[in-house]
Amino acid sequence: MTKSIFALGALVVSLAAPCLRAQEVQEPPQGGRGGRGGRGGGPAFPQQTRQLASPEVIARGKAVYGVNCAACHGGDLRGGDQGGPSLLRSLTALSDQHGELISPIIHGSRQDKGMPALNLSDSDSVAVAEYIHSVLAQVGRQARPPGSPDPTAINPLVGDATAGATYFQRACASCHSATGDMKGIASKFEDVRELQNSWVTGGGGAGGPGGGGGRRGGSKPLPAVVTLANGQKLQGTLIHKDDFLITLVLADGTRRSFTRNGDTPAVETNDPEEAHKKMAMTLTDKDMHDVTAYLATLK
Amino acid sequence: MKSIYLTTAFLITAQTLGAQAGLDPTDILKPLGDEWPIYAGDYSAKRYSSLKLIDQSNVKNLSLGWVTRFTAGSGPNGGAPAGGGGFGGGRAGGGAAPAPTIVSGFGKGDLNTGGAPRLGGGILMVDGILYMSSPDNAWAVDARDGTVLWHYYWKTRGGTHTGNRGMGMWHNNLYLEVHDDYLICLDAKTGHEKWKKEISSFDQQYFSSVAPIVVGNHILAGTGNDMDAPGFLQSFDPETGDRQWIAYTVPMNKGDKGLDTWASLDAARHGGGQAWIPGAYDPETHLYIYGTGNPTPAYTTGRGEGDNLWTCSIVAVNVDTGKIAWGYQTSPHDTHDWDATETPVIVDAPFNGKMRKLVMTGQRNGYFFLLDRVTGEHLVTGKMGLVNNWASGLDAQGRPKRNPDKDATVGGALVNGDVTNYPPATFSPDTGFFYVHENNSLRISYLIDADPRGSMGLGGTQSGGNLSYGSFLDAIDYKTGKVAWRHEIGGTGGFLSTAGKLLFGGDGENLVAWDPANGKPLWHAHIGAAGNAPETYMLDGHQYVLATGGDQLYAFLLN
Repeated sequence: MTKSIFALGALVVSLAAPCLRAQEVQEPPQGGRGGRGGRGGGPAFPQQTRQLASPEVIARGKAVYGVNCAACHGGDLRGGDQGGPSLLRSLTALSDQHGELISPIIHGSRQDKGMPALNLSDSDSVAVAEYIHSVLAQVGRQARPPGSPDPTAINPLVGDATAGATYFQRACASCHSATGDMKGIASKFEDVRELQNSWVTGGGGAGGPGGGGGRRGGSKPLPAVVTLANGQKLQGTLIHKDDFLITLVLADGTRRSFTRNGDTPAVETNDPEEAHKKMAMTLTDKDMHDVTAYLATLK
Repeated sequence: MKSIYLTTAFLITAQTLGAQAGLDPTDILKPLGDEWPIYAGDYSAKRYSSLKLIDQSNVKNLSLGWVTRFTAGSGPNGGAPAGGGGFGGGRAGGGAAPAPTIVSGFGKGDLNTGGAPRLGGGILMVDGILYMSSPDNAWAVDARDGTVLWHYYWKTRGGTHTGNRGMGMWHNNLYLEVHDDYLICLDAKTGHEKWKKEISSFDQQYFSSVAPIVVGNHILAGTGNDMDAPGFLQSFDPETGDRQWIAYTVPMNKGDKGLDTWASLDAARHGGGQAWIPGAYDPETHLYIYGTGNPTPAYTTGRGEGDNLWTCSIVAVNVDTGKIAWGYQTSPHDTHDWDATETPVIVDAPFNGKMRKLVMTGQRNGYFFLLDRVTGEHLVTGKMGLVNNWASGLDAQGRPKRNPDKDATVGGALVNGDVTNYPPATFSPDTGFFYVHENNSLRISYLIDADPRGSMGLGGTQSGGNLSYGSFLDAIDYKTGKVAWRHEIGGTGGFLSTAGKLLFGGDGENLVAWDPANGKPLWHAHIGAAGNAPETYMLDGHQYVLATGGDQLYAFLLN
């Protein structure tokens, strides 16, 4: 395989461009479910793009798995109380194509490691393998487990509303009021997490839920006053700022760029998040949860 | 007399062009100067160039030498060869043939083709030729004028397409990793394949993107994976591609060191610690020193309460034996995806009154570390970042102590984001500063998969409520680990320092030259976001500064 492709590559190079084009056009577009998994919906792994078995085979495999395997490996394949390892991250299952690696294990090749021999027919053990592949096909981006987690399965409301009210009066009431801007705040969010994200950031930083780490996004447009060298002041929205250039959009939509020389022209931004950024640096998780519990009562 | 001189010159030329032309591995042992023969310029990974034709007095005159735009793949439906010519279709004027495109790979040719490539790797410069890669693509480019000499395109079968980090070179061979897990050896002159080897399992969801590092007759190649799979570094024969050794970063067998830092052997064997970024090499001790990735599952329970060796660690592997000589964990029992993946930097410098053999690194978790590179002995830990709150202090070995309250929780934990990442740092012996990008943010990290068996991969959490506290170019005093000064910049790119008393890097919009003493900007060009650290080389008496902006490669010089 390797050798023939190598030869083909060399052949392609030696031929003129039109031949290259013809060779590539002949290839059918990729079928199946490409694009699932992978980073940013990009190219995926074989488990996400492979051809699955027929629904009948998968259904049979699921039933056989439920009866014979689920007690040890878990109904969701993530491992069970009786010590069976997770099959979702089994490198053997990932490497298996159509039961050729999984069936021998079902039939007893790993008894020394605690996996009992199961008396399944060949067709049933292959069906189990095909069912496992149908679940592995649902593994998400960066190997997130199959299926979206159900947010309602976990109640993120862990704080004390009474303590939260006290904190709110002490730390927030100079700017916010339960009967004013915060009136009915809880009804604006279906998910308590979104309510919490919103109030902690002052409303501006509540981006959509991201996975894990989080890199720095682009700088956000901010209301700003620019003072030119001649003393003229311009008010607008600052959309860009580096050491060499600032760009302001004026109230009438006019875009103005200015070359910077040190601190000239001077830029003064008014970041509505500033007070919240300051607060967040000392905010404890307990106070955060308490305030969220309190705000969740403001329906 | 004259004729003898000419004969000698001819002999040298003939030898250079002979079978052993290209890059002799011993050339990489030289301090960074005229050429750029390896990912980080030289084995020390200091990214400090001895070139000083461009200096503080003349950098304001730095101007564009050439610019070339690149296109990934072979175009929609296998159209015209890509990667040629740049502006206005073909700079190879005078009737020269367009650059050949060599097509290979086992995919359908319908992925990662025809678009703007992500030029985020290291670029080699050897004998006046640049060798550059992006995911599934490689190019040879004339370093004097930007003409594309050949373009290699690999039709991928898929895989997580992170950035490609660059290529390695050994004599006339180039080595490229592709995300569906082949190590490919190319003829540097033609771009034709010499051989290719599958170096990790695509079925098991490995993806390979590291710049192979050449040490003598070893090709050191790491790979990556987000699935709960073991991490490893491998060494291959430069001529045959046969594997010489494999070094796992997690315990794989009973009796392996560090097994007691895991819940079980099964947990360890699924424990991650991938080798997805190149390391530095110490020719005296034969140690290849690199950083390992996060443990898996990344954010949740399931690994026991131990340190999980050697994930999120600086690891030193003997290149002759493939054995780990020492390791130092920068994030014991990581729960934040804080891979130790900034390439470590090797420096000989005074410490506490005597010269020491050092290795230093700034890490994603927001800490700077100074170690003895022979023994792994810890010397200094310094805290980077303005809002870095995930740890509650340092332990006896100077390792940050994770605060479990700042793990993802059901109610949400207000915790800092990545402080830096893989874009490389630089160390200038002139200033004694280590320059690294610092990002400051807080976010709320939620546990959304409270399964006591743990989640898998990078699953199980969600983050929201991001607050940015700005990002900076930091100058760190390696002797104390303290940030001497910070200068606000955007972007995420890496840096280059030179003997011309200059510090180059991207600020998110511009390629900038700063004064390495204080961060004062001295020159800039608005070329867009830099893909990786700038580089520099010398040709025909000109010093070039090389940088990518978007899908274009720019070369600046004093015209």
